Parts: sequence; C-alpha cells; structure tokens
Amino acid sequence: MVKGFMFEQDRLTPSEAVYRGMKDAGIDFIVSVPCINLSGLILLADRDPSVTHVPVTREEEGVGVCAGAYMGGRKPAMLMQNSGLGNSINALASLNLLYGIPLLMIMSHRGVEGEPICAQVPMGQLTPALLDTLGIPYFLPDSKADAVKKIHAAWKTAAEGETPSAVLLPISFWR
Amino acid sequence: MDIAREAVQSDALLVCNIGIPCKELCSVCDTPNNFYMLGSMGLASSIGLGLALSLPGRKVIAIDGDGSVLMNMGSLATIAAQAPKNYLLVIVDNGSYGSTGSQPTATAKGTDLAQVARGAGNRAVCETDNSEELRRILESTDHGIVVVRADPGNADVPNIGMCPEDILRRFMGVSFPPSRSV
Repeated sequence: MVKGFMFEQDRLTPSEAVYRGMKDAGIDFIVSVPCINLSGLILLADRDPSVTHVPVTREEEGVGVCAGAYMGGRKPAMLMQNSGLGNSINALASLNLLYGIPLLMIMSHRGVEGEPICAQVPMGQLTPALLDTLGIPYFLPDSKADAVKKIHAAWKTAAEGETPSAVLLPISFWR
Repeated sequence: MDIAREAVQSDALLVCNIGIPCKELCSVCDTPNNFYMLGSMGLASSIGLGLALSLPGRKVIAIDGDGSVLMNMGSLATIAAQAPKNYLLVIVDNGSYGSTGSQPTATAKGTDLAQVARGAGNRAVCETDNSEELRRILESTDHGIVVVRADPGNADVPNIGMCPEDILRRFMGVSFPPSRSV
C-alpha cells in the first residue's frame, strides 16, 4: 500500500505534486504572481475549472484578494516567490494576523543554494527569519510525496489557527 | 451617505476603507453587512474584489479613497482583467489623506483616477461631483468604478467600538453564514 502511494507520487512532476497537495487541502481560490519555478503550477491552476485563479500585480494585493475570498467562504492560496513576502508584510500583519484570516502561501524559495541571480540572495536568506518574526508557521517539504502531505498540513494549520502559513519550496525541489 | 443607503437597499456587502471613512460609516449606518478595514491601507478594493469573485450572486461594494487607491493602483488592472459583474468600487476622491492631517495626494495635483481606471482596462467607469448624480449612478449601476470628487474634511465621529475579530465574525455571519459551511 505504502509502496503504491510512493510510486504514484514519483510519477508526478514537482508542480503536479504541489497541486495535488493543494487540491487535497480543498484549496479552491488561487492568486498568483509568477516565478519561473511556478510556471507549471500556475498553468495547472489556470486550467482547472473547479478553481478560481486570479493573477495579481503584486503580492500585497493578493493578500487582500485572498482575504476577501476567505470572507466569501473560499479556501485561498497564493502562489508567489519568497521575495513577495517582503511586499506583503503590513497586509499580513494588519489584515490576516489582526482579524485572524487564514492564507496558504506556496512560496518558490529563491536565493538559496543553486541560485544564479545574486539579487535574490538577501531575501532568500531573510525569508525564514521574517516568517519567524511574524509568527507565521512554515513547512519545508523534502520530496514530492512530502510536499503533498505538508501542503495539506499547512492549510490545516492556517485554517485551524486562523493565521497565514507558508510552504517553502527551494530551487532543489523543482529540479 | 448615499453609498451606505444604496448598499442597505440592495442588501450588498460593503467593504470600507481605513480611517475616517470607516468611522463615519459605522456612526451613520452600521450593519452586519459592513466590513471595516482597520489596517492594510490600500487593500479595500482588493478585499472587495476577492469577495465579489467568491460570491457571484451577491452585490459587493467597496468604498475606497484616493490616497488608498494610489497606494494599490495595480488593483485597478486586476479588477479590469476580472471584470466581475457584481462589484462596484466607489472611490471618494477628496485630493487628500484625510485621516493623517489632510496632506494633499497626487489627485490634488492632476492625477485623474477615472482616467487611470479606464487606462487600466476598466470599461464601466464614471465620475461625479454631486450627490444627486451619485444617487442616480448608484441606483442604475451594479458594477464598475465610480469616482466621486469631494471636498476634504472629516465628520467628528467616534472610534469603532468593535474589535477586529468581532468585525470579521459578524461580517462572515452574513457573507458566509454557518448554514452554508461544509
């Protein structure tokens, strides 16, 4: 049984594994700002008729849209690059944390090992510390199968705790 | 508060901008249909959009200000791209940051938010500077963007007496009542 499960996850691409985790969690409203590593995932969201996908111009804007979606009864997630956390901090603090509004942030984590672009490095290094400072729980999957489980757990944590949560997916995850 | 009256008459959900607008609305027309945004300046139009897209059968109105819209101008492009038929964004443009001492905004120096909204791709954009026309617009329009030019100045109104959790719980009792939860 376990072997069959693992084989199935192995056949999924990283994007498909992440999307499976999101669907298992019941995510039905997705907001996105692109990262090259999120290309496959954004396409999956866009082509899924059972999900509302709203591309936004900035992650902070996305936090607001997701908050409205939650108030409308949806289960929202944001596909974003970790740099976008920096663009969202006041919104996360004075909207999500203040009112107790859940949000699942699926973050492409740049600026870590394997990063070719030096400009990504400062925020790459700051991201975990910023999440810690905000008190936002985050999850670090180490395989596709682990991603499916941890994404579901991350949403559960967000929903039950009425808080944002994050899943960090580094460069090595997407290879 | 013509916007509030229209919202009540059409049983719309109303998202209200940070600061004095929230306090004024609460003091004049407090109902469980109102969401008072106490922080996150700039996001009233985005919260309204998320609500409208989630509840296509429900009318949603967001009251926003010029300073706030300037802070989140990308929102106008996203609203245009999504173009929900149940969402009305009302921008009260008094050319100033009313809640922080009335410093002038860019609209006092020539920025035309109605033009910005059109340039962003919104089709249903109108503007007015008088109450009677505003009332007519609100009665006949259920989606799009309305820019209402107003004079600066704040009413002397008390702070909102509810805590954020209560504001949210009360609002969600209307926007997503327990009978609808799965």
